[in-house]
Amino acid sequence: MGKKEDFRDQIKSMRSIIIVFSISLILLVLLGTVIIMNPDLLSNGPEEVEIAGPEVNMDLEGDDWNKIENGIHVRTGLKDAEGLMAVVNNCTICHSAELVIQNRMDRERWITTIRWMQETQNLWNLGDNEEIILNYLVTNYPVINSGRRAPLTDIEWYTLNE
Amino acid sequence: MKRRIFVKRTALGSLAGILGAEIVFGAYMPKNYDLLGLQDPDPFKMFGKDEEMKLLSSKPWNMEAVAHQLDDRITPNKYIFIRNNGQVPEDINEKEWTMTFDGESVIAPKTFTLDELKTKFPHYTYQLTLECGGNGRGEFNPPAKGNQWDIGAVYCASWTGVRLRDVLEAVGIKKDAVYIGYHAIDKHLSGDPTKEVISRGVPISKALQDETLLAFKMNGEDIPVAHGFPLRLVCGGWPASTSGKWINRVSVRNIIHDGEKMTGSSYKMPRYPIAPGAEVKNEDMYIIESMPVKSLITYPRSGAEITSGKKLNIRGHAWAGELEVSKVYYSINFGTTWSECILEKPANRLAWQHFKASIDFPGPGYYEIWARAVDAKGVSQPMLVPGWNPNGYLNNACHRIAIKMV
Repeated sequence: MGKKEDFRDQIKSMRSIIIVFSISLILLVLLGTVIIMNPDLLSNGPEEVEIAGPEVNMDLEGDDWNKIENGIHVRTGLKDAEGLMAVVNNCTICHSAELVIQNRMDRERWITTIRWMQETQNLWNLGDNEEIILNYLVTNYPVINSGRRAPLTDIEWYTLNE
Repeated sequence: MKRRIFVKRTALGSLAGILGAEIVFGAYMPKNYDLLGLQDPDPFKMFGKDEEMKLLSSKPWNMEAVAHQLDDRITPNKYIFIRNNGQVPEDINEKEWTMTFDGESVIAPKTFTLDELKTKFPHYTYQLTLECGGNGRGEFNPPAKGNQWDIGAVYCASWTGVRLRDVLEAVGIKKDAVYIGYHAIDKHLSGDPTKEVISRGVPISKALQDETLLAFKMNGEDIPVAHGFPLRLVCGGWPASTSGKWINRVSVRNIIHDGEKMTGSSYKMPRYPIAPGAEVKNEDMYIIESMPVKSLITYPRSGAEITSGKKLNIRGHAWAGELEVSKVYYSINFGTTWSECILEKPANRLAWQHFKASIDFPGPGYYEIWARAVDAKGVSQPMLVPGWNPNGYLNNACHRIAIKMV
């Protein structure tokens, strides 16, 4: 019984997310169109523009979307370094950045992986970005030699009373 | 250029499309405003999982347990690992669900409603161990490609359903049947509706085993959506990827099934040992079938500090794919000497087995407890990470926990 309700709740919340989402998307498209048609809005407009009711304050200079904190791109968890946005824009469309961060490969194996994604997973031709992405990956997520069996690490010690 | 991408992507109407839009309008995003569709829903709440589980990836959703969470004899949903290759389906209609049997080796294709499956065939319940083929991948050196699973992509739940064999007999299969392959409704990460996410299967001999189920209940309840609601193929003891989730079709094949993730190097091992990091041609690989012998110490949690002089009771589970586990040993001196644990018989074939031991320590200090199981054929878990392979499968090195006597 509980599971069924959980499942219904999940579906309900997914549905409401999709609805709210579609509305936000339409708003964004409208806003985008307005901005594209009236570029002056950007240069001469006020710092804050009110649209669609009082709650949504549009700060056109807002940069939270690609905010960097302590050297980390907050939205994806990727390290801030040369090539970051090429990785964000090409690698995190289909899958999360966690998949990139977990994996540590040398250049050859990254290339093999990219080819595999291109051949089987609908990844597009990366053009000049391929070199930028490869450099970013092997520089920021290099292979670490863990030997044949690494020592136990990250042990959280606690008192066990039986 | 950017505008073109935006238009193309929104037309797709998929999540990927929406992300495409972000790149263009990122600069115009309001401060402190998260685009609703991109807020990660809390996966622990969404899937009913314990918050101590380890999240490996949010797209696709991948999550694993830590050893002590697997202490229950039958794993509850909140500690069961999630492994997805694509997107979890959102549009599941149980009432209108159908299950089709087709392929070269059916006498004629046949479709059942879910209700027909449930009412026409007898129900069976088995405890079945499911382990991801890549469980333990994180230990391979050089690192192998894929989710870097530690030890927690394994569980043993109680599955209820009908025997695939009973249904195949009702459908009627030809003598040339060699393999079955499942098909499911999950969507590809790229949003491409023409791409199948994963379509694996098993040889006909495995398909016809008593314990191979078309399951509609897990642990006595509807299967949670992340684990395949409303219908899952369950092939205990084999890589969990052969246990297809959300399935609506099974093809009976007269060749080895050639669906997505059956070809290439997926779920394959080199036919001969190779040096770490070496390349292997696809034709030199074989498809993984039964999983190897393995064990986990689930009590105590690693890191226990115990008053010197006290005995320590440990316990855990051991499994060996198609085989039974015959012995489990523990060592407190890095494998120099081994003592036998008390081992229970499995609840049924393909269920994991429970072991326990009571350990005396010689004095204060840092110890590691290692567990090592041996299968019915005398094959043991290795103490080091076993043979390197390109995709990092089948690491069954013995489990270790750290203990201090103080």
